[in-house]
Amino acid sequence: MTAGNVLEISGLTLDLGGRRILGGVDLAVRPGQVHGLAGESGSGKTMTGLAALGLLPPGARTGGRIELEGTDLLTLPPRQLAALRGRSVSMVFQDPSTSLHPMLSIGHQLTDHLRHHLKLNRRAAKERAAELLTQVRIPNPLEALGRYPHQFSGGMRQRIAIAIALACEPKVLIADEPTTALDVTVQAGVLRLLRGLCDELGLAVLLVTHDLGVMSAIADEVSVMRHGLVVETGPRGRVLTEPRHEYTRQLLDALPGRSTV
Amino acid sequence: MTPDPTAPLLSVDDLVVQYHRPGASPTRAVAGVSLQVRAGEVVGLVGESGCGKSTLARAVCGLTPAAEGRITYDGTQVRPLRVRRRDPALTGVQMVFQDPYGSLNPRRRVGAQIADGIRTATGRGEAADGATPEDLLTRVGLSAEAAERYPQEFSGGQRQRIAIARALAARPRLLVGDEPISALDASAQLQVATLMRSLAVESGAGLLFISHDLSVVRLIADRIAVMYLGRIVETGPTAEVWADPRHPYTRALLAAVPKPDGAGVLPAELPGDVPDPAEPPTGCRFHPRCPQAFDGCDREEPQLIAGGVACRLYAA
Repeated sequence: MTAGNVLEISGLTLDLGGRRILGGVDLAVRPGQVHGLAGESGSGKTMTGLAALGLLPPGARTGGRIELEGTDLLTLPPRQLAALRGRSVSMVFQDPSTSLHPMLSIGHQLTDHLRHHLKLNRRAAKERAAELLTQVRIPNPLEALGRYPHQFSGGMRQRIAIAIALACEPKVLIADEPTTALDVTVQAGVLRLLRGLCDELGLAVLLVTHDLGVMSAIADEVSVMRHGLVVETGPRGRVLTEPRHEYTRQLLDALPGRSTV
Repeated sequence: MTPDPTAPLLSVDDLVVQYHRPGASPTRAVAGVSLQVRAGEVVGLVGESGCGKSTLARAVCGLTPAAEGRITYDGTQVRPLRVRRRDPALTGVQMVFQDPYGSLNPRRRVGAQIADGIRTATGRGEAADGATPEDLLTRVGLSAEAAERYPQEFSGGQRQRIAIARALAARPRLLVGDEPISALDASAQLQVATLMRSLAVESGAGLLFISHDLSVVRLIADRIAVMYLGRIVETGPTAEVWADPRHPYTRALLAAVPKPDGAGVLPAELPGDVPDPAEPPTGCRFHPRCPQAFDGCDREEPQLIAGGVACRLYAA
């Protein structure tokens, strides 16, 4: 494992139901950086993200290594993996209306894992939860703790989902299309929030998105995936302006009003 | 069927749609909207969630009653759908709903559901054109064998194609798409949107396409209408609005779209959320969030002027 990387994926393969989904993925994420993962649907972006949390569907067979600060997550026994999940690595999903539990209050969903992982008492967990809601800029945090997901708008729910993911101060955040379900004006706010958290807390973010505009706005490094393989990796500015791989060029040329030729 | 070819196919005049809640004043989800769609024209309706886009679409199809104003389709007034059978003249308006998981009947074969649409077309007296469910499925890019299968055997993008095939089977002259792409996988969105456009334009029908995704609307719409909190704030040809947005809200919306230029510029944020439509701000509805609000914006409500913008900055 190279020094400076907090999460390093090397030669990751994944077979599901006799089909090869990932054919040897290599990726590295550094603290304080956003690593963007682009590609069309079915290219294996989401599966790569899920593999890092050990959330793959049943029957998945993996190969290669996913190292979190030197520990291989793929060979870790379930109990130890559960201790890391939500603690050192956490995830934000695409749709905030289904990723939050509709019948539990925001406070409940924000404090559950705090109490489990950090062994905080009820009161300390509640204080921490209110602090998190302030951090993601939810108005009236103390009051919000007693409310339920349906009482918030989509953008607010996604902020809450981010607060939940950040509660235990993870080292790595995996965000799978975190702004796809949101309005552009709300998306701008969530992107600013993610970038800010990354810069302030030194969080490493693996951002899975199909939107090259979003990628251009917040990613430091960009990897492009196709058919379960990373075809190109590099700094954002270079990949988006002088793509080296033919496929990246095609993706960029498909965007309205631009061409790399 | 149309006596006057220049008359708009769909005409919405000063439409108001209200929702009633027990123990509260009614919410005006659509608060005085006028809009026209001509045959062969694609009109994109954009705006943030909660601005009343979907309510407008439902009212156009007669699914939600109008409190005030008129909706006319091809000279016939659109009346809300009730227990009785819909006026056959109105079956020329067909809708594609947001969620293809909820809009198709899970217990009937795809072919049978499309055949309903074909019967609708013949039922309003159009000559049978010999189209079969299989033909329609091929037109939307699915295989003819799909007709024998059930909706749950398909992915979200495929189901939305089936829903489009069903709507087209009724040979609509006006197709209404209410966020038809937002429930789809990111990469299927553009494909389905362009498919809707080409099928509608091919058959000479008008298309009212509602979406919160500006980049898709830009690609498929001829004309764009921007809605904010129940009112249309700006309207015009897509290219013009895109190149030179005039209303501060349209500007904010466009500025929030991140550009894939690799420069790492975070898009501009529009502060605040859409206010509660039950208690809209006084005066211009956008003034509490407007960066260019000036004295009087909180008192006078601007009307949509001939140039296609409702803002006091452009008052004559």
